[in-house]
Amino acid sequence: MNKIRFNHLLGLEGLSSEVITEILDSAEAFLKVLSRPIPRVPSLRGVTVANLFFESSTRTRISFELAEKRLSADVVNFTASSSSMNKGETILDTARNIEAMKVDVVVIRHFAQGSPHFLADRVNAAVINAGDGSHEHPTQALLDIMTIRRKTGDLKGLKVLILGDIAHSRVARSNIYGLLTMGVNVKICGPSTLIPREIESMGIEVTHDLEEGLDWCDVVNVLRIQLERQNEGLIPSLREYQRSFGLTRNHLERVGGEKIIMHPGPMNRGVEIDSDVADGPGSVILSQVTHGVAVRMAVLYLISGREQSIE
Amino acid sequence: MNKINTQTQPQPPKGWRSYSSDKLALRNVLLIDPAQNLKKRADLIIENGIIQQIGEITDGWDGEIIDGSKLIACPGLFDMHVHLREPGYEHKETIYSGCHAAASGGFTGVAPMPNTDPAIDNPGLVNILREKAVGFPVEVHPIAAITLGRKGKNLSEIGELVDTGVMVFSDDGSPIVIADLMRRALEYTNMFGATISEHSEDASLTMGGVMHEGAVSTRLGLPGWPGIGEEIAIDRNVRLAEFTGGKLHIAHISTAASLEIIRRAKKNGINVTAEVTPHHLTLDCSLLDGFDSNYKVNPPLRTKEDVIALQEGLADGSIDVIATDHAPHAPDEKEVEFIKAPFGMIGLETALGIIHSKLVLTGKLTIERMIEAMTSAPRKVMGLSDVSIKAGETANLTLFNPDEKWRVDRDLFNSKSKNTPFHGMELTGRAVGVINRGLVWIKDEK
Ligand SMILES: [Zn+2]
Repeated sequence: MNKIRFNHLLGLEGLSSEVITEILDSAEAFLKVLSRPIPRVPSLRGVTVANLFFESSTRTRISFELAEKRLSADVVNFTASSSSMNKGETILDTARNIEAMKVDVVVIRHFAQGSPHFLADRVNAAVINAGDGSHEHPTQALLDIMTIRRKTGDLKGLKVLILGDIAHSRVARSNIYGLLTMGVNVKICGPSTLIPREIESMGIEVTHDLEEGLDWCDVVNVLRIQLERQNEGLIPSLREYQRSFGLTRNHLERVGGEKIIMHPGPMNRGVEIDSDVADGPGSVILSQVTHGVAVRMAVLYLISGREQSIE
Repeated sequence: MNKINTQTQPQPPKGWRSYSSDKLALRNVLLIDPAQNLKKRADLIIENGIIQQIGEITDGWDGEIIDGSKLIACPGLFDMHVHLREPGYEHKETIYSGCHAAASGGFTGVAPMPNTDPAIDNPGLVNILREKAVGFPVEVHPIAAITLGRKGKNLSEIGELVDTGVMVFSDDGSPIVIADLMRRALEYTNMFGATISEHSEDASLTMGGVMHEGAVSTRLGLPGWPGIGEEIAIDRNVRLAEFTGGKLHIAHISTAASLEIIRRAKKNGINVTAEVTPHHLTLDCSLLDGFDSNYKVNPPLRTKEDVIALQEGLADGSIDVIATDHAPHAPDEKEVEFIKAPFGMIGLETALGIIHSKLVLTGKLTIERMIEAMTSAPRKVMGLSDVSIKAGETANLTLFNPDEKWRVDRDLFNSKSKNTPFHGMELTGRAVGVINRGLVWIKDEK
């Protein structure tokens, strides 16, 4: 355990399958810890973790906080609404403050792509990207991959369909990088206005036909569609989006076969996914949440470079 | 800051020295003046700021002698697209610091763009800027705004500006959005033989874009600024130039398709010229990978294929001019989230070294074509008289050591700003002297 070290987790792009496997294996161990009566280990005792949330995200923040506490880390929280981050303080000031406070690990969620890279270039602390704009969200993709692996046993040769607004999705990008590295075939499906140009160059296929995509895949990862896309003129309406790309029981019955259904949350029920699909057979949406804590524990543990064993 | 102008006589950049032009000889220097097909080694004798003789100094000649055996002397370089930020943004650059940067980069003339605050849209401001450059061997020829206050509504008083010597107009930083206004601007300037230099961008296609739209922007999840956003605007502007007969100069072209539009327009006899920057000639969008905002420019860095096409277009003369689009920004403005950073990089102090190292020494561009694109070509677009290396002419020269190897160090720049991605790059070929307006500034030998 803990053979592989990494200084930061800025994205899954470029991360080797060995490192991803190491993280997933540690996450399995932490999943066991989480099922104990006292789900806490002293692995990060004395380690200070700062959660910097420049963009509100209740789910990801709580998941990280829980992971940190389960590891016995000292935790400090900065959120955009509560701190000086809102009052004209720049990200460079933030970087300098982190340096001055001698924080060991920084978890950053930011609306601007590349902000975790900006910090990583300027601080000694280990930086974990908790989502940067429409760029990457590596821990989300890791928990998605963990969820798939737990369900299927093996990743190689699997077929994953990512459905929805690919252009604005950090979840899609990180999943594409991570899944391809693990030998998974990836296809994306969505309206042409929400598929970014030249995305085939990443090594994936594109379809605009939901049933064709469903027929092809073993797993479908449904992304959240934002109402703003309608006002930006990228889709005519959520209604029309639902008509072509909303995942319903009907679709699944028509193509047949067992599909694993995923969603990073929060869901727009009745828009990108129907309730009877989200809560129905094949859905692993709630296990994703549980795995999120375990994966984040694994990342924090490995990145901190601590040698203690989990047991 | 309402500081009273306490400007003293400008001194040469650090490590440079001022010489008298009363009686000076550059001994055994390689003279290159492509406009008159001149390429020969000789002694160049200057008296009272005038080229007295090209030949050989005689024994007992009693002027100052500078050894030119390692140097090239060419007509003074001219950069027709710089942002000197004065008035309004003096924390980024001033005429004073910009002229120092220009001189150390080998330029004897620059054309600052009018996207200042207030905008340069009247003769008073034009004259103030020109006067601030007095005492430098660098002429400042402001480009004036097409529209009042660069607001894209009413034309500036172009006739009066022409009377003060302005022959190029631009709202650079922004395009002229309304096609009819561009039509009128071309018609009106054409009455005076003046030129419109246009930052060609269809803002509806580039809104929010921060880098070239393609495989790299898709990977990085950054909003794209597609090539079509430039090409549609150039196409429109070229058609309006054809329709009106007006003179159009396309600023900083960045894509292969833009080049094709210009090639076709020239073939059809339309009055159009074009410029390209050293960065669009040498850098591509894959460099954005690390989110370094020093690579964030407008128009954005394009693909490798575009870069190669632009190099060819410059070599064959389809692109007339090399201009830097020198765009200084303070460190705290650039050192922010990538999507928030302002566009632009500085270029005056690296242009010659970059073009020489990356294009001339690699055989992609002849040294004659480089000199032409940095001297006579921009002066022609600017409506300025030609500069020749000829007895009886004013000495307006750039001295250049083609073999000097140096490392770009932003901390040694004369510019007030440091926003360059070329920091740390090893270059071969460096400007070592400028001679103009009776002033002689020459870099000390290492
Ligand atoms: Zn421009």
